[in-house]
Amino acid sequence: MGHSIKRKEDARFIQGKGNYVDDIKLPGMLHMDIVRSPYAYAKIKSINAEEALKIPGVIAVVTGKDLEKYNLHWMPTLMSDTQMVLPTDTVMYQAQEVAAVIATDRYAARDGKEAVMVDYEPMKPVIDPFKALDEDAPVLRTDKEGKTDNHIWNWSVGDKEATDKLFDSADVTVKEQMHIPRIHVASIETCGCVADYNKVENHLTMYMTTQAPHAIRTVIALVAGHVGLTEEKVRVISPDIGGGFGGKVPVYPGYVIAIAVSFLVGKPVKWVEDRSENLQADSFARDYHITAEMAATKEGKIQGIRFKLLADHGYTDAAANPSKFPTGLFSICTGSYDYGTAYLEADAVYTNKPPGGVAYRCSFRVTEAVHAIERITDRLALEIGKDPAQLRFENFIKKEDFPWKSPTGWEYDSGDYHAGLQKAMDAIDYEGLRKEQAEKRARGEMMGIGISTFTEIVGAGPSKDFDILGIKMFDSAEIRVHPTGKAIARFGTKSQGQGHETTYAQIIAEELGIPAEHIQIEEGDTDTAPYGLGTYASRSTPTAGAAAAVAARKLRDKARKIAAYLLEVSEEDLEWEPGKFFVKGAPEKAKTIQEIVFAAYTNHPQGMEAGFEATHYYDPPNLTFPSGAYICVVDIDKETCEIKVRRFVAIDDCGNIINPMIVQGQVHGGLTQGIAPAMYEELIYDEDGNILNGTLMDYLVPTAVESPSWETGHTITPSPHHPIGAKGVGESPTVGAPPAIANAIVDALSPYGITHMDIPITPYKVWKVLKEKGVVE
Amino acid sequence: MIPAPFEYDAPATLDEAIALLEKHGDEAKILAGGHSLIPMMKLRFASPEHLIDINNIPGLSYIKEEDGYLKIGAMTRESELEESEIIRSKYPIFTDASKLIADPQVRNMGTIGGNIAHGDAANDHPAVMLALKAEVVATGPGGQRVIPIDEFFYGFYMTALQPNEILTEIRIPSVGAGTGNAYHKLERKVGDYATAGVAAQIAVDADGICTYAGIGLTNVNATPLRAARSEEALVGKKLTEETIAAAAQAASEDCNPSTDLRGSEEYKRSMVRVLVKRMINKATDRI
Ligand SMILES: Cc1cc2nc3c(=O)[nH]c(=O)nc-3n(C[C@H](O)[C@H](O)[C@H](O)COP(=O)(O)OP(=O)(O)OC[C@H]3O[C@@H](n4cnc5c(N)ncnc54)[C@H](O)[C@@H]3O)c2cc1C
Repeated sequence: MGHSIKRKEDARFIQGKGNYVDDIKLPGMLHMDIVRSPYAYAKIKSINAEEALKIPGVIAVVTGKDLEKYNLHWMPTLMSDTQMVLPTDTVMYQAQEVAAVIATDRYAARDGKEAVMVDYEPMKPVIDPFKALDEDAPVLRTDKEGKTDNHIWNWSVGDKEATDKLFDSADVTVKEQMHIPRIHVASIETCGCVADYNKVENHLTMYMTTQAPHAIRTVIALVAGHVGLTEEKVRVISPDIGGGFGGKVPVYPGYVIAIAVSFLVGKPVKWVEDRSENLQADSFARDYHITAEMAATKEGKIQGIRFKLLADHGYTDAAANPSKFPTGLFSICTGSYDYGTAYLEADAVYTNKPPGGVAYRCSFRVTEAVHAIERITDRLALEIGKDPAQLRFENFIKKEDFPWKSPTGWEYDSGDYHAGLQKAMDAIDYEGLRKEQAEKRARGEMMGIGISTFTEIVGAGPSKDFDILGIKMFDSAEIRVHPTGKAIARFGTKSQGQGHETTYAQIIAEELGIPAEHIQIEEGDTDTAPYGLGTYASRSTPTAGAAAAVAARKLRDKARKIAAYLLEVSEEDLEWEPGKFFVKGAPEKAKTIQEIVFAAYTNHPQGMEAGFEATHYYDPPNLTFPSGAYICVVDIDKETCEIKVRRFVAIDDCGNIINPMIVQGQVHGGLTQGIAPAMYEELIYDEDGNILNGTLMDYLVPTAVESPSWETGHTITPSPHHPIGAKGVGESPTVGAPPAIANAIVDALSPYGITHMDIPITPYKVWKVLKEKGVVE
Repeated sequence: MIPAPFEYDAPATLDEAIALLEKHGDEAKILAGGHSLIPMMKLRFASPEHLIDINNIPGLSYIKEEDGYLKIGAMTRESELEESEIIRSKYPIFTDASKLIADPQVRNMGTIGGNIAHGDAANDHPAVMLALKAEVVATGPGGQRVIPIDEFFYGFYMTALQPNEILTEIRIPSVGAGTGNAYHKLERKVGDYATAGVAAQIAVDADGICTYAGIGLTNVNATPLRAARSEEALVGKKLTEETIAAAAQAASEDCNPSTDLRGSEEYKRSMVRVLVKRMINKATDRI
């Protein structure tokens, strides 16, 4: 623990020897391409495959009507909503799957797709989520019996009455309408699968880009059990994954079509999306419209918040939240501040846009929550004329007040928010920057400083509250140590670049004293790994990492027994130091872990089970609450309104750190995915539901060039309930960075009467508001 | 991301290439660096039936000063422009532009000939050519002809090149003492096409009077645009703040940008004004 050992997995990645889904080639494998709708809402009058079937190599064109015969044309979403696999009569969003072309090679499949003629009758779509709730809005989900509007669900938490009362009487209230835009999870690897159904064995092997292979196996069995694919007949293999970020949690229609086709023709079927399909059709993230309000005393003591939000889920609720929490963990929106009153109400609607609502590198909607609370806190600072750092210091939950109960029902495990912010301010010279800013303002220059002091909520989660489709959100580890003292450990999670092969080995090494390089880590094969819910929501270390520590401790208990037997002393006489047990007071009388393991196979005590293996399913007692203090400095060009992030200091607190280098890597990547929505990314639709930026030429994913030189650091406040005191860090930077940047830009513009801007804040947007204010020509 | 079927030839001589163009007519396309053409084919915006790859033809890649011209072979790569000593010392405008074109991978392949022959007002070299008053050498079945840059760009992806002609060389009148040039574009992120781009070449005499002004605009018109009124506003005058402001104003009035994801027409006019001012100043500073 605490060592920056090099990542074990990198040897294969940097030599181009990773094994991704598209690397898998099976004998007789067929290829699939998908015909997609050009319209956001249309009736399908006919699908004509005649020309396509004439193309050499094209062997079939599959439509919804074909799947309907097997009752495979619909599937459930992870939110217990329903989604078409292929439509039988209506398309509900642009880029929706309409038909699948099956061919003997990838090129023929693509040419076949071009040749399928679909006759549509376009209808007027519902695109604006607010208008979707109008009385006269057309009802989109006519497939749902008795549905009379486009409303999906309503959810609330907190004390409405007390909150309304507070807002009626508070000295100061502030309010902003915010949109956290719809964005795309732009993993380097797109989604895909190879479905390999073996007719003789009645067995399906599904190679697929999934962050949650075990849950997928169960879902497949639930959907296809009626055609004989029961759970023991299904093996899901998730090979190397080139980035998941939440976008590889859902089940996409393409996977199901590939399975259906493989099932029907008895040959393996490969489907790999192209970049534009990935961008246009796969689950989006965010898209929350938030009315955020904060109440305070005139001195700046925060007293409460009232948030109302509208979630645009597109055609179906295909989010990936725990069942009890349709708006995920958005209720962490009370933030890092100490007050007792809060009320949050959320509604969700259907529109004619692609479905989704996944948590893009964020623990179930925490990003949206953090953005709203950090922005409205700055808004309050502006309103009462208090420095935003000072306002935060005065309102932070104090270190000694943990565990702290939030007004929306959470128990924050630990934190030291004052220390984090102070460290960030010292690192960036906050006082000096404010002085510089005052001088620049006097000269009419635009410079802004933005702070975000966020609290995350990760590691879902305790079984009493957390499940997906009824399956509790524990996770698992199984450790097998071989006679020679080398080990293999398997997990229910699945790395997509996070470095599990290294960090899990380090945890086990720490607990068992076997060197990390002697511990092989395996994930992603449901036939071999223990069941778990997978990797997302920064949950791997909090859940499976904890399971590894507990399983290793079970083995250490066994080791103690064996050592006592070998050394002919009683267990109480033994002391552990990483790697060996020795007799108290006689350190030369010792047995190394390797000697003990060898004995477990060659000379174990009578009556004891032979071998050296342990499994643990870890059900976390609570979530973990990482935090961070980020400060960003921007300069804005007064003529072009270009925004330069001059500095960005990120102090994270993720509890105990397993591998500092990996944590730093996670933070760098996450921060870059934080400037993305803050300044660049948004999926833009016109009123007919056409995507206007459907390729990476116009959907602006930032690169190293756009990234400032990140300055990172940490404070350490261990989680009191996690076996190794770790909290999880993968998502903190993505969650914490956007409001720091937005706050900095709004700070720069505040002398001109600007109190809020929706992200992404682009030079053009800044120019527009400054033009309105008469500041630029 | 898979193009429609096509046939492919890679002739070893210019004559063969021209003969192939003659044979296939409109259905053929020259393949140079491929970094405009292949993306369009993969998106199936273009589906030429024949590709004639000219990468194997020797003698089309060079940068030299000769007969009062800077001559650049059509197949010269962006990365070669970036590294050329002549370019760096005397024509930094090319370095300015190359650095803003896409990323190093694209620049290792993309050619200056292809950049111009593509006829895209969003490409950066056309505006540079306008500022430098370049000439384009086209080689066809009847031999070479020289086309002044002002007669080269016709419309959206349309140029003066005939279907049987290959762009072989670009000629730029050599710059004398007292001349400076510069290019800049605003982009939303690295690798993006210009929101607006401005190329300027300025010469002044010993008395500080402007004797030459060339100003080209990127992506604010259906074709690459010469800011003629801006040039007129400068030549014969001392380059005072007012003169420069007047030239910048003229360009912002004369361009025809369209409103799109990069911004509104009004915004782009405003950016043209800012960039014209900045590029005149930068070119002048480089004298
Ligand atoms: C991601 C990306 C970003 C880019 N960003 C920019 C940018 O910001 N600015 C910019 O200016 N460019 C940009 N480009 C385009 C790039 O510079 C191209 O390389 C260039 O426009 C075309 O040059 P090429 O040699 O690749 O031509 P090709 O793609 O091979 O050809 C382009 C067209 O010109 C024709 N052609 C090529 N050479 C000749 C010739 N000698 N004679 C006759 N016809 C010919 C072809 O038939 C074709 O129609 C970008 C490209 C990519 C992929």
